[in-house]
Amino acid sequence: MSVAADERHGDRGGRGILSTYGRDGLIQIVLIANSVIMLFPVVIMVFSGFKTNMEIFQAPFRIPDFTDIGNFVTMATQTNFLRYLLNSLLVTGTALLATGILGIMAAYALARYTFAGASFILLFFMSGLMLPLKLAVIPLFILFRDLGILDSYWALIAIYTAMGLPSTVFILTGFIRTLPSELEDAARMDGASEARILWQIMLPLCRPALVIAGIYNLVPIWNDFFFPLVFIQTDALKTLPQGLTTFIGEYSTDYGAMFAGLTLAAAPITLLYIALSRQFINGMTSGAVK
Amino acid sequence: MSRLTLRQVRKSFKQTEVLRGIDLEIAPGELIVFVGPSGCGKSTLLRCIAGLEEITGGDIALGDRSLAGVAPSRRGMAMVFQSYALYPHMDVRGNMAFGLKLMGLSSDEVEARIAEAARMLQLTPLLDRKPRELSGGQRQRVAIGRALVRQPEVFLLDEPLSNLDAALRSEVRLEIAKLHETIGGTTIYVTHDQVEAMTLATRIVVMRDGRIEQVGTPRELFETPANTFVGTFIGSPRMALLKARAEGGRFGIEGSGDVALPDAPGGARALTLGVRPDAFEVVPEGQGWGADVVYTEYLGTDAFLYARLGDGTLLSVRTDPAAPEHATGSRIALRPRAGGLHYFDQDTGHRLAA
Ligand SMILES: Nc1ncnc2c1ncn2[C@@H]1O[C@H](COP(=O)(O)OP(=O)(O)O)[C@@H](O)[C@H]1O
Ligand SMILES: [Mg+2]
Repeated sequence: MSVAADERHGDRGGRGILSTYGRDGLIQIVLIANSVIMLFPVVIMVFSGFKTNMEIFQAPFRIPDFTDIGNFVTMATQTNFLRYLLNSLLVTGTALLATGILGIMAAYALARYTFAGASFILLFFMSGLMLPLKLAVIPLFILFRDLGILDSYWALIAIYTAMGLPSTVFILTGFIRTLPSELEDAARMDGASEARILWQIMLPLCRPALVIAGIYNLVPIWNDFFFPLVFIQTDALKTLPQGLTTFIGEYSTDYGAMFAGLTLAAAPITLLYIALSRQFINGMTSGAVK
Repeated sequence: MSRLTLRQVRKSFKQTEVLRGIDLEIAPGELIVFVGPSGCGKSTLLRCIAGLEEITGGDIALGDRSLAGVAPSRRGMAMVFQSYALYPHMDVRGNMAFGLKLMGLSSDEVEARIAEAARMLQLTPLLDRKPRELSGGQRQRVAIGRALVRQPEVFLLDEPLSNLDAALRSEVRLEIAKLHETIGGTTIYVTHDQVEAMTLATRIVVMRDGRIEQVGTPRELFETPANTFVGTFIGSPRMALLKARAEGGRFGIEGSGDVALPDAPGGARALTLGVRPDAFEVVPEGQGWGADVVYTEYLGTDAFLYARLGDGTLLSVRTDPAAPEHATGSRIALRPRAGGLHYFDQDTGHRLAA
């Protein structure tokens, strides 16, 4: 035993620093390089948002004067940008909220109650993970036309909620199954109704899982271009991805303003992403369970 | 306060029958302990009484009122769970207040009850802490406090000590006994540990495979076990079970010779003899059953000797710690003391009247 330990020590000493730090060091280098490559276009986009056309072409990499927000003012005042941003926030926010509320209700029932058809319902949700919603665009169009919600927020909210539910139910069902059921029994002894158990006991405990589901669904919903294109005609109802296409045509001569618009479009989701992942990490490390 | 009555209580999960007809009367103020090996259905029975599991047969009544269809929170009971099951996102105060608010008590009353329970359990300085900021023993006390503030008629505790380390265990055990004395409610306590059962219980219910084997005071169970299962389950070290054959008042054990036992039940041919470690005496060769010493234990105030009989039965004998130890491998003779024997039917395991 002690001989083996000595041998291992000798081994390490013999191969020197590279064998000890080599693998980790290599990974660090790859990760740093990856970060630089990923961040580079983003940084250039932000920089260009503060420059005039002239500056962009003369010195694309120079750090701009960040106090010069002319391009952003142009975007905010002379275009429908703020309208689109608001629409995106409204549609994405409502859809995520609905996904969370409906998702945790479905997941709680599927994870905790035994009833006929439970596994079929879970499978039904899972099938939503595998089948692309876009396949159903024509029946959806007919359905929404008959419901009279074409060209309204409701069309997008309904679709995005449906898009988010399978993954949310999947993540939450798995998570709830890991929580001790004695917790619910304790609440039952305390006189809590099933609904109260869900909202006051399970919901706070499921926050980390809800955040994961939220992060997972946020980007595809925020960036979705297809469904607004199909269902929204009124300019005032358009979301950012759809609205941005109009600028790119309209502002193809004013690159500074276009980059300012792109920066603004990416900002909310980036900030939200950072905030949510911090929360998610907090949830994981603070020992939410037991 | 009222009497809790269980009549032919049955519980099945799908095909498996977990409780097979439980009959039990629990008087007000009793501290009843359900004891039995793991998986025998103690927790299930407790959860049936609490209303967390629906029974599939029989009836449970508190006083004259059948509890069938009564919600867990309306049975006048409170439960302490094995995992404590404290709400992780609420502080200690919140954990205790949750149920009280749902009972519709005024906030003054809620505060008063929490303060009283916190004082009794020395939780006052911890009221604003979250469960994860508490030690195991403190969590345990919060779980007890959460049950206490409900002022239930019946306390249900499911293996409340199993997550504590040994030193804390006897301390909390004492605390539970004291609490029961001061509060005086009926308490049902589940454990698989016979020492806990013996020290706490006014009456013990010994269970096996979903059935009650025997109900009685600790002394009754120890002195007159109804069958070999209860005999070996209660008492430590275990009671030895000797397969003996009666021949004209003498009891022979294969390979160990025979011994005359004057108080034996008459007529029986093949018996199981139950002998506790302190009911054996080491006697000169030829006056008892021959046995080989396997090993000896010296514990200061006690000493034990483990020996193997001719038919392979291993048994333990309490010996005088002051006397010289018997060498391992040496041959000794053992005889049960008069009155220290339990007679069981060899086929059914039931106790035979002496
Ligand atoms: N919800 C359940 N579904 C199926 N079987 C169960 C369930 N709860 C308990 N059992 C079974 O019932 C038996 C008794 O369990 P339990 O009452 O927890 O035993 P104990 O508390 O005495 O150790 C075990 O065999 C266990 O597998
Ligand atoms: Mg149990």
